[in-house]
Amino acid sequence: MSDSNIIPKWLSVGVIPLMNLFLAFCVSGLFIFFIGENPFKAIFVMIKGAFYYPGAIGYTLYYTTNFIFTGLAVALAFHARLFNIGGEGQAYVGGLGVGLVCLIFDQHVVGFLVTILAILGSVIFGAIWGIIPGYLQAKRGSHIVITTIMFNFIAAALMVYLLVNVIIEPGQMSPETRDFASGVGLEQIHILAKYLGLEMAMSPLNLSFIVALFVSVGFWFLVWRTKFGYEVRSLGHSETAAIYAGIKVSSTIIIVMAISGGLAGLVAINELLGVHNKLLLGFTAGYGFTGIAVALMGRNHPFGIFLASLLFGALYQGGTELDFEFSSITREMVLLIQGLIILFSGALAYMLNPLVERIYIKYYGNYNNA
Amino acid sequence: MKNNENKGGNEAIASLPSSTESAIELKNITKRFGHVVANSDVNLKVRTGTIHGIVGENGAGKSTLMNILFGLYKPDSGMIFLNGQAVDVNSPEKSIALGIGMVHQHFMLVPTFTVLENAMLGNEGSMLLRSGEEVVLDRLKGLSNNYGLDVDFEAIILDTPVGMQQRVEILKALNRGAKILILDEPTGVLTPQETIGLFDILRSLREQGVTIILITHKLKEIMSITDTVSVMRGGKVVADFSTEKTSPEELAENMVGRKVLLSIKKPTLKVGKPVLEVKNVSHESKDGVLVLKNISFDLKEGEILGIAGVAGNGQSELLDILSGIETLQRGQITVNDKTILPFQDWNSKKAREFGVAHVPEDRHKRGLVLPFHNYENSILGYHRNKNYSSGFLMDKRKILNFVDDLVENFDVRPRSSSISSGKLSGGNQQKLVLAREIESNPNILLVGQPTRGVDIGAIERIYEDLMKLKSKGTAILLVSVELDEIMSLSDRIVVMNQGTIVGETNSSNATELDLGKMMSGLEQV
Repeated sequence: MSDSNIIPKWLSVGVIPLMNLFLAFCVSGLFIFFIGENPFKAIFVMIKGAFYYPGAIGYTLYYTTNFIFTGLAVALAFHARLFNIGGEGQAYVGGLGVGLVCLIFDQHVVGFLVTILAILGSVIFGAIWGIIPGYLQAKRGSHIVITTIMFNFIAAALMVYLLVNVIIEPGQMSPETRDFASGVGLEQIHILAKYLGLEMAMSPLNLSFIVALFVSVGFWFLVWRTKFGYEVRSLGHSETAAIYAGIKVSSTIIIVMAISGGLAGLVAINELLGVHNKLLLGFTAGYGFTGIAVALMGRNHPFGIFLASLLFGALYQGGTELDFEFSSITREMVLLIQGLIILFSGALAYMLNPLVERIYIKYYGNYNNA
Repeated sequence: MKNNENKGGNEAIASLPSSTESAIELKNITKRFGHVVANSDVNLKVRTGTIHGIVGENGAGKSTLMNILFGLYKPDSGMIFLNGQAVDVNSPEKSIALGIGMVHQHFMLVPTFTVLENAMLGNEGSMLLRSGEEVVLDRLKGLSNNYGLDVDFEAIILDTPVGMQQRVEILKALNRGAKILILDEPTGVLTPQETIGLFDILRSLREQGVTIILITHKLKEIMSITDTVSVMRGGKVVADFSTEKTSPEELAENMVGRKVLLSIKKPTLKVGKPVLEVKNVSHESKDGVLVLKNISFDLKEGEILGIAGVAGNGQSELLDILSGIETLQRGQITVNDKTILPFQDWNSKKAREFGVAHVPEDRHKRGLVLPFHNYENSILGYHRNKNYSSGFLMDKRKILNFVDDLVENFDVRPRSSSISSGKLSGGNQQKLVLAREIESNPNILLVGQPTRGVDIGAIERIYEDLMKLKSKGTAILLVSVELDEIMSLSDRIVVMNQGTIVGETNSSNATELDLGKMMSGLEQV
């Protein structure tokens, strides 16, 4: 995931992602055209759905929050050249942390305190789910990609077991816990706005978004301003140089995976403390996986990740609207469009680099290859 | 590829002209990469059946020029004539077909294939391997006898010495019909004896009409084997000489563009007490090979101890152990009166705390994190130091002040704190690494291959810095495969061969031949 050495930053983090996005939209447009709809109308509907209708922005930002957390999680691991595919499982287990804290304490402790503990719970449980693959990579050489994928499955199975057999609310059929006590949870923004006398459309956007913004700043600080971040980046760029510099590779890997897992775990505060108010099956809904594309597109920088998260948030929200407006554009079609964007800005993120490099060198180049 | 494609290159042989004609003539070759002109209006003429040397610093444009000749780059303008005819060399295949062979600095051999299989690669003789092998083997044996290219056709490349691998490369080129041979830094991996052998081969190739272009930075070799020599600087050929009418000093001056001190003034200094003692150190590699056997030596304050040897005889492992990168397995090391025993907690961090600095052999893999900015690399390994950080945080302002002084005092160009170190030239990268290690005020400095891939101007500077450090009383352990470097810098020399120390001598009574014999394991002193 190294940045190009040749072209300047504004091209690699600014122009190229936009070009990728544009390509993805072009191809999506072709598909929409083929099924007999007007692509321009479709994109208009999508933008309106994501930003214009009452509450739309709230929904978009609510999705954005999830992507910021998982995107940052993946990005931190990337900085140490670890491919953490386990964001999904880490978020899920983070939810268990939230759920357990709330179920155990919410009858005895004041709601505010329970919320703080629950946030910590999400981080710690997510971290544990990252530490285990991290440890296996660092000490046993098990490849992190394989182990994190497996840990997603283990997390899913564990949660089904617990939610069906152990922490399910007695006397009902759906695999969910009881509601958390009132007073526990992160307030939704439209309710806070009401306290301030502002009228806002209802949306699930809650204080987690603010948390996500603070975490983003913290991420930048950690990676580029601390000794630990320096060691992580050294390790990511060159393990041999890191060893030469006396950096302990295995402990750095484990700590990185702990923080990465903790970041992914924070998805649970947005979903459970901010919206559902209980622990339920499948609340992670693929956010962990999309985080990979978000991190790639955001070039592992918190600002880029914020923009990419916003894009994916808008796609999620606008996509729902698309599904709603056009009878021929189904939910699957929307998934296809999202898939194309992930393909172009994730998997093919560096496809255009050689081209842009060539053009750049031709017109502005000071590329020394003598 | 146009109509005159010809795998065996017989056409080129058939049209071989008389020896007064030029085999290669490059006219006004210009090649730009963006704004950078790698080759500017280069003219070069090489007579058939001669050995022509090309010297120049890194970045002078030698490689670009040869890559143009070999069809890897297309020149922006200019013409290439082979045997008097204008040709369009637009791919390596084409160039091979035209009878140009290239022996790269890093050999392009399949390590698990036999010598025969490697030598026939690219000209297999027949669709079926077996019948092809017979055809080719005859031809190769002929070539091998003709030119004294002594190889064992049955041997697996992995098991053969470097010298033989190089002969296989030459055979491979000849088998493809090469009449013009380009050798890129061919002696970098050879012992002095092997170099002599190679030069004998080159001479016999020359006698039989093969034209040879030799790219090297070793002026001594230019003087001993070439007929003519071109000096490149800044993308241009700045001078052409007939070798017998020039001198190394003149060549060096033309390469750098100013007078260069090739000899080094060693400060005379009383050596102090031993600061590094190595006792009976043995080491097993990950594959269970004993790479170091009972190594013992000591190193004193104000002394430079050179470790000579052909690459791969245990020097790298020794440096790794001393610098804490590898765990000590057997034996004992005493650093500044602190003793390290096998499997004790010994790592690079601790080595630095004990006053051991390390300029690693491979600055790309170890010494620098290439994508990092200079200011980040200027503290690599020292980032925990209180001068650059407080608590968890790095103090960017202090680091920037530090790196500004560093690039100024050690002449790292460009003087930039924010350029990424990967963009610096080899010499400037090395100066940066050396500067960082010297600035840590070590009392032991381990140096591996300080001038590998470094241009003459920078070499001069690096030697000066090492001498300055020595006169401050720092003990320096110098590992290098450049015998000249070892001989001119060291006070004492030990020679390693196959993981053991095969000899020790004072540098004042060392001769290149004696050292060479020891390096090849022929003689123990």
